Amino acid sequence: MSRGAIVLEDEVGFQRHHRVDSATVGMLIFLGAETMLFAGFIAAFLVFRLTAPVWPPPLQPRLPVGVTAVSTAVLLSSGYPMWRALRAARDGDHGGLGRSLTLTGLLGATFLGVQGYEWARLLTFGLTAPSGIYGGTFYTLIGAHALHVLAALAWLGIILILRNPAGVPVFGMYWYFVVGLWPLLYTLVYLA
Amino acid sequence: MRESGAAVLDVHAHHAERGFWRTYVFSTDHKMIGKQYLSLGLFWAVVGGLLAHVMRWQLAWPETAVPGWGEVGPETYNVLVTMHGTIMVFFVAMPILLGAFGNFLIPLMIGARDMAFPRLNMLSVWVFALASLVLLVSFFIPGGAASAGWTGYPPLSAKAEYTGVNWGMDLWILAHALEFAAFLMGGVNYLTTAIALRVPGMTFFRLPLVIWQLLTATTLFLLSVGPLIAGAVMLLLDRIIGTHFYAAEGGGDPLLWQHLFWFFGHPEVYVILLPAVGLVLDVLPVFARKPIFGYRWIIYSTIAAGGLSFIVWAHHMFVSGMDPRLAMPFSITTILISVPFAFIMFAMIATLWKGSIRFDTPMLWALGFVAMFIVGGLTGIFNGSAPADIYISDTYFVVAHFHYTLFSSVVFGGFAGFYFWFPKMFGRLLSEPLGKIHFWLTLVFFNVTFFPLHNIGLAGMMRRIANPLEYEFLVPHQWINVVATVGGMLLLASQIPFVVNVVWSLLAGKTAPKNPWGANTLEWTAPSPPPHLNWGETLPVVYRGAYEYSSPEVAEDWLPQDRTLAARSR
Ligand code: HEM
Ligand SMILES: [Cu+2]
Repeated sequence: MSRGAIVLEDEVGFQRHHRVDSATVGMLIFLGAETMLFAGFIAAFLVFRLTAPVWPPPLQPRLPVGVTAVSTAVLLSSGYPMWRALRAARDGDHGGLGRSLTLTGLLGATFLGVQGYEWARLLTFGLTAPSGIYGGTFYTLIGAHALHVLAALAWLGIILILRNPAGVPVFGMYWYFVVGLWPLLYTLVYLA
Repeated sequence: MRESGAAVLDVHAHHAERGFWRTYVFSTDHKMIGKQYLSLGLFWAVVGGLLAHVMRWQLAWPETAVPGWGEVGPETYNVLVTMHGTIMVFFVAMPILLGAFGNFLIPLMIGARDMAFPRLNMLSVWVFALASLVLLVSFFIPGGAASAGWTGYPPLSAKAEYTGVNWGMDLWILAHALEFAAFLMGGVNYLTTAIALRVPGMTFFRLPLVIWQLLTATTLFLLSVGPLIAGAVMLLLDRIIGTHFYAAEGGGDPLLWQHLFWFFGHPEVYVILLPAVGLVLDVLPVFARKPIFGYRWIIYSTIAAGGLSFIVWAHHMFVSGMDPRLAMPFSITTILISVPFAFIMFAMIATLWKGSIRFDTPMLWALGFVAMFIVGGLTGIFNGSAPADIYISDTYFVVAHFHYTLFSSVVFGGFAGFYFWFPKMFGRLLSEPLGKIHFWLTLVFFNVTFFPLHNIGLAGMMRRIANPLEYEFLVPHQWINVVATVGGMLLLASQIPFVVNVVWSLLAGKTAPKNPWGANTLEWTAPSPPPHLNWGETLPVVYRGAYEYSSPEVAEDWLPQDRTLAARSR
């Protein structure tokens, strides 16, 4: 029998056999598919970006590189309270878990809020998704990421409301994926 | 590890009596979910088959109305082609080969009581049912169903003015999105289950080959669908809010869709092919009473083919206007990918070599698959090399090619599996004579329908045309279309013995024993049909590989995976 395997009896006395934790494996597989989703968006962006004679195209507003740098830092810093939350969940420290998760969520929400504000400003400058490929790729790529942050925040909210620490490790994987992806997108879309 | 133990204890407690709804509709039992996928797939097969019949009638006698349908104009014909292709690939092949067999076989063959996430599994089939509903509704809305081809190329798919189809196209995209969500949930379940829930002794290299094939197919799907979803989001945005991703006039690029589509599309044809190959690989040794030939090399070949399938996609685009310098590398990878499949075909034939072959119905279908798929594989070599393909691209030669591969997989591979596992699924035996009649009729009329299409394709008949008689050079060849259409009608009629067989068996068939074929794999150690949670209190333990037939160590000519031989335990 493989090391670390778990043999259990369920409520009706049936034997069950688990080699590894299913939730962790399932999340890893799901994140593999998510990675390919973003690979698709990024590939589309790069096709347009690399074949364009000038980028950004003339007469288009510039992206807010500086403000977004700050919100990037905010999002990245959420990695620390998330790590604390994982430890608290492991140690059964409910109070610490709640505080760390709340802080994680606040940092994520701040990032999203700044993005929303910047989008509103860009729209008033005339950068819309239909205004051209520049706007189109910007809003789909950055928007796809923003939706992922939003989904993560919703999940986090549910964990906090239900006060159920069982899902925290798997949530942590998802959070780190969403946070870790951002610097790449920031570099590609804002800096490069 | 302690905490995961706690999670594990979330158990559906009672497997005794559950009501009608919990048993047949909102079931978390992988076997019932498999049957639900099977039923939905069979329903769509009827629809897809009828659409094909309308198309074929139109092609043979373009000037007459189709009985029961009416006049078919070019617009309607486009709807027929599109919906037939969409339905057959996404709503028949995938739910039956991956959905039904994946769900039914994976837990049973690895010794699990159910999938790793049973409720997610139930959600999967329900989301698929919703996708089916959306697709069905799209036939009945103003403007009608999608008509931009099953590949949905823009600009045709991006602007309603080009096809006259408005909502139908949006619903087509929505149905795909739901379907992908369903198979994403299913796929996460399949892989997790196979990694986490194998019983003691069931190492990866003792897994039955069908499991390997199902898992590889699932992996291909999970890793290729993302870019298509990204592409579909952009297509939807083009249609709804007027972005220009695929519109050349707005700086977009219609070829981008083709790249994203076929990056998914080629792995997708293996999502259909590999499970069929797996079903056949598990049927052949049972009826040859011999171990499979080259077990590990089949696995390595499968993985190699899976990897290569991500770098062949532009062979669908040789005539698309992409950079012609791409043609050479993609021809080369395409020829390369035929090597592992050639090996697998060789291993199938070598498994038969000097076997004591029994020609039961499942075996006939498996052999039919091997023979027919080789035809499709050989024509694939022509399509794959750019110089030949530039001539035959978008002709009926290609239509013949992909029906020899897809039809073989879905119908021959699918029926091999269906006739083989039916006793386990439903606890009844099927009639052998009816099964054999079904097989021979299907084999003959499949070839009558599709073989001549090679010829008319080489004569220049383009695919997706509604009236071949409009082209003078095709008029002398019209008799071929008539032959194919008559063959197609008889092919559809050949499915009647199948329906009779299943209905008769379910109502009055003989009860199936545990192991009617003398097979080795774990599902045959459970009762037929297996109860909820599959085995009683204890799980089987695995001591050997899946293919020890005619072993000298035992008197019988099979040696189940859970049998331990006291003297020489391994
Ligand atoms: C499971 C079996 C089948 C599968 C997987 C399948 C798949 C497909 C696909 C993917 C297409 C391409 C659609 C497009 O161009 O957008 C197609 C076209 C077509 N199929 Fe099938 N098909 C199957 C069975 C049949 C049968 C039984 C018939 C005939 C009786 C048939 C007749 C046709 C015809 C006439 C076309 C149109 C070709 C064209 O105009 O390009 N198919 N099929
Ligand atoms: Cu291909």
